[in-house]
Amino acid sequence: MSVATEFTKGFIRENPLFRLVLGMCPALAVTTMAINGVAMGLAATAVLVGSNLVISILRRFIPSQVRIPVFIVVIASFVTIIDMVMAGYFYELHKVLGLFIPLIVVNCIILGRAEAFASRNPILLSLADGLGMGLGFTLALVILGSVREILGSGTIFGVSIFASGFEPAVIMLLPPGAFLALGLLLGLMNKLTKAEET
Amino acid sequence: MAQEAPAEEKLLHVSVSPHLRDTVSVPKIMRSVILALTPALIWAVYIFGLRALWLVLVGMMSAVLTEAICQKIMGRPITVSDGSAVVTGMLLVYCLPPGVPFWMPMVGSAFAIAIGKQAFGGLGHNPLNPALLGRAFLLASWPLHMTTDWRAPAMGTMSGIDAVTNATPLAVLKEAHKVLADPVSTTEQVVQAREAVAQLSSSYGNLFFGNVGGSLGETSALLLLVGGLYLMFKRYIGWKIPLTFLGIVMILTSAFGGADGLFTGDALFHLLSGGLILGAFFMATDMVTTPVTFRGRLIFGAGCGVITSVIRLVGGYPEGVCYSILLMNAFTPLIDRWTRPKRLGEKGLRQE
Repeated sequence: MSVATEFTKGFIRENPLFRLVLGMCPALAVTTMAINGVAMGLAATAVLVGSNLVISILRRFIPSQVRIPVFIVVIASFVTIIDMVMAGYFYELHKVLGLFIPLIVVNCIILGRAEAFASRNPILLSLADGLGMGLGFTLALVILGSVREILGSGTIFGVSIFASGFEPAVIMLLPPGAFLALGLLLGLMNKLTKAEET
Repeated sequence: MAQEAPAEEKLLHVSVSPHLRDTVSVPKIMRSVILALTPALIWAVYIFGLRALWLVLVGMMSAVLTEAICQKIMGRPITVSDGSAVVTGMLLVYCLPPGVPFWMPMVGSAFAIAIGKQAFGGLGHNPLNPALLGRAFLLASWPLHMTTDWRAPAMGTMSGIDAVTNATPLAVLKEAHKVLADPVSTTEQVVQAREAVAQLSSSYGNLFFGNVGGSLGETSALLLLVGGLYLMFKRYIGWKIPLTFLGIVMILTSAFGGADGLFTGDALFHLLSGGLILGAFFMATDMVTTPVTFRGRLIFGAGCGVITSVIRLVGGYPEGVCYSILLMNAFTPLIDRWTRPKRLGEKGLRQE
């Protein structure tokens, strides 16, 4: 277990969205545009790094019977901070993401890393794990957001990429489009990683 | 070893069910379905022009090509020659407005085959009717094209009546009912709406022969009935689903479809207009996505009828055949499980 492997595992090998299929709620709801994916992913990353750090520091002092409530309190504190920071400095993005920022509290990835990793591992490894997982989640959200934005609006990060004759498919901005895109990306991911293994 | 060989020949042949086999095959059924759909296509070319034929061909080719590509990629045997993709493409284009741009049947068929059929494992494994799924996809993606690209038939008006020329019969009815139900409508508007409803009710001939606007292959009730009855005669489709489907729609629309209280609705108009006959005979009878049991088929047809009527009478869309069949497709496994016949001798056992 080196810091480097803990950091890189979140990108592909144990990617939270494409491999563990966690954090589906924000992944499906906010990824109508690539920029939303960036914002959501970075917010989750910040919370993840913070909560992993604190839980790893406190791991010897938390009685195991009440560990879940303690984790939630720690996570909720960081989410509140992120929520307020975003409302203060990135007001427009905060308005778009809306309820999904407070909902990071119940995001399975964060509680999952706290329970499965940070509460059992030293501080440096937990930090690497949190950062890697968070960036992996961000990467997945950006890919999903890009696919939906390209097909659903004909733009990427707000820049138009098609000639004027292109008529975007509205369905990709709607919930069914999110499920379709995620399903196809999961399939593609499995196909690619399988080819790598053999 | 030499002694065993002749002994083996005397053994009875042991195999899993089914033991009674028919000579009917998938290509044979699909050829019949294509044949049954052909009169409606010829009629569509007659009233909407050659464009209708090109749209259907584009849809079919896209479906066949997508099927071949998907099967090639997934390393499955390529079965495009069984004709099921051709039927899917054909049925999909039949429920598109005749004025849509040519890329729409192409994209729709590709989606129907790739996502609706091959992603689930190919023919026989798809839970939802691929053609209808393709239509639902197109409607959600490009709603403007799907609701405004209508064309008037060569010899008549779009609505089948003279007063209104820019909407399909069901859309005219929906608008008229909206006006009648709205308390702030002026007297003049109410009179106009009543007149439109009355005219619609006197346009049965246009609806029956297909001299109205609408989706490409759904206009002529007569020709679709001919095709449907041919398939029934060949025993490729049963009577239960179409009959319960049409029957329930007629009962519900006559009971709740009128503006003047119960049982003032026009059931015959609802029966003949829109995609009801096309859907009931060619889509709700799909062998893959509908129940196999006797009672299950009655429930399936009745469910389609209820949902279609609800969408037509109180829903946001003028037509509900497509969604009703898709929704009931989703319930098919449940219906099949619920109506499973009792095993022999099971009757006296306790019910769970």
